[in-house]
Amino acid sequence: MKIVSLGIACILLASCSPSQPRNSGVYMLIDTSGTYREEMQKAEQIIRYTLSRLDATDSMAVARVDTGSFSEKDIVAKITFDDRPSTINRQKRVFAEQIKTFVETESSSPYTDITGGLLQAVEYLNEKGPAAKTILIFSDLKEDLQDGYIRDIEFDLDGFNIIALNVTKLRSDNIDPREYLARLDHWQTKVEKSGGRWQVINDLEGLEGLL
Amino acid sequence: MNFLLSITPSPVLSAILWIVLFVAALYFARPTAHKLILATGSSLHKMFRTASLSAIKAEAALANRNREVLLAAGREAKERIVEREFDRINETVRKDLANFSALHRNLSESINRIEEDHREAVDVPPDPPGWVNAVEAVAAIDSKDSRVGVGGVLSDIHKSLVKAHKEAMVAYHEASGKRHFLLRKMRPEWRQIQQTLSKVGKNVDSLLGRSATIDRHMQEYEDIVKGEDRAVSVLSSSSLVYFFVSALVMCVAIGGATINFALIARPMAEMVGGTSLIGNFRTADIAALVIILVEISMGLFLMESLRITRLFPVIGALPDKTRVRMIWITFTILFLLASVEAGLAFMREVLLHDELATSALLRGDGAEVIANNYMWITTAAQMGMGFILPFALTFVAIPLETFVHSLRTVVGLLAIGALRITSLILRLLGSGSRYVGVLVAQLYDLPLFIPLWWASRDSKSGHSGDNDLRKVTS
Repeated sequence: MKIVSLGIACILLASCSPSQPRNSGVYMLIDTSGTYREEMQKAEQIIRYTLSRLDATDSMAVARVDTGSFSEKDIVAKITFDDRPSTINRQKRVFAEQIKTFVETESSSPYTDITGGLLQAVEYLNEKGPAAKTILIFSDLKEDLQDGYIRDIEFDLDGFNIIALNVTKLRSDNIDPREYLARLDHWQTKVEKSGGRWQVINDLEGLEGLL
Repeated sequence: MNFLLSITPSPVLSAILWIVLFVAALYFARPTAHKLILATGSSLHKMFRTASLSAIKAEAALANRNREVLLAAGREAKERIVEREFDRINETVRKDLANFSALHRNLSESINRIEEDHREAVDVPPDPPGWVNAVEAVAAIDSKDSRVGVGGVLSDIHKSLVKAHKEAMVAYHEASGKRHFLLRKMRPEWRQIQQTLSKVGKNVDSLLGRSATIDRHMQEYEDIVKGEDRAVSVLSSSSLVYFFVSALVMCVAIGGATINFALIARPMAEMVGGTSLIGNFRTADIAALVIILVEISMGLFLMESLRITRLFPVIGALPDKTRVRMIWITFTILFLLASVEAGLAFMREVLLHDELATSALLRGDGAEVIANNYMWITTAAQMGMGFILPFALTFVAIPLETFVHSLRTVVGLLAIGALRITSLILRLLGSGSRYVGVLVAQLYDLPLFIPLWWASRDSKSGHSGDNDLRKVTS
């Protein structure tokens, strides 16, 4: 009888032990430089889609990529969802409103510091500690650093999914496609070398597999 | 291998030599080997047979036990039926025949009134008319003396006759009217008597019907008490039918519980959070499940307290006062839980709308969300279901009780079947092992056909092995 009681107690304790987190964290970098500023409407669509896929205790942040992106000031909006459905819906609506305002008012940036933004994203997601970490880079992946900015830094992207979205072709890419391919290859190598997983989605109709 | 073939210069010769040695060894070991093989076969045969007998005994014991359980269950069920029939008779007698004295008095009064009315309604013969005396007087007058005055007398007689006739007719009409009035007064009395008697007759018929039913049940009860095979067979088949029917109803109830779960699991996340887990299950789901299980438990207790089911003898044996208190307590808890469910169902609808609106906003077609004026119907339906389902689930106690009772019999029958099959398999294995032993012994002799043939020529040797085999195969 004692053994049975002990067994039941063990099973109950095992079932009540803290389980692994199952939430996800998404950090989206939006390139606001040059002509890419025109693509902001698409970025808003992606953010809305991403919001619709997120659930309780998930985290999301949207940050602009400008001259120096390794800064909290570049985070446009960030949220960690509550675990009550009604609050989640309210939070999503507020977040969508913030993004809408950002898209309407944001001005173009002269430089593009993608690496800085990536570092900021890694820092943010590591701090939140979700089970799945995803960084969305909405950019043409053409990094253009201002003089004096040092971005030749080692990353630790172990456990991160880096997804490049809407990687548009520049005019020079059309003249020499190797530039475009080299750019993609550069980022893929950089991410995979750091332990992350790299993916490119240019067709925004196929966002179903995004998260 | 090469070593074996190299004991003589010629490998063929070596092989032949080895074969001869091998056959010789087999031949000399033959009696012992035969004994070993046959003993092994026989041992296995005995072992399987013993196991088979054990299985048969277990089956018989189980069948006996099953029969006892079945009879006990049948006896209990019959006792309950007979008890209820007596309760009904008691109710009929208390309700309808308790006021029999008043009924009897009513009948007597009605009959007395009818008798009085009847006596008064007797037809009184009218008085003889006055002209009869006058006729007698006329007849007595001498014909000579009164010829002249006879005409006048006759005229008077005629007048008085007419007058008397009129008076008699008036009196007769009055008397007839009175009689008819009395007879008319008797009619409702007759009807009342007829109604009263038919009511009494109906009650008596009902009692007779109930007594016939009790007789039938008592006969079946006696059969069960005697443990007759027919009663066991009837109980067994009834038990199987009850098992399948109750299982079907339980499936329906599980469907209802699932719907109930779907109604409250989602809004439950608002109360306990949508992400916390217990084990691998969401706390909200477990909370919803617990609410449903508590409702079912309360339903069970309510049914027990009402003495509809008898799963917990402790509750049935409680004093009536405590039992009634328990009825009210369980009903109140059930009512409160049903109200909570109705509220959660409402919350579910609100959440659903909120989520739809948010999704539409995120899709960018927020303008397309049109307020539907008839949505209150689904909201009301959900709330109604949330409120009614807990009470509907209360009645699960009835099929559950039947299921539990019949499950015992069904499991017993299945176990008997399994033991019977096991016994058959063991018997087959026993017989098989015996004949396999004989077969192996025969196969042993196969390479020894030359020495055996040689030995058969000698009548003194070669009998024992064959006899052994014959003994076994016989």
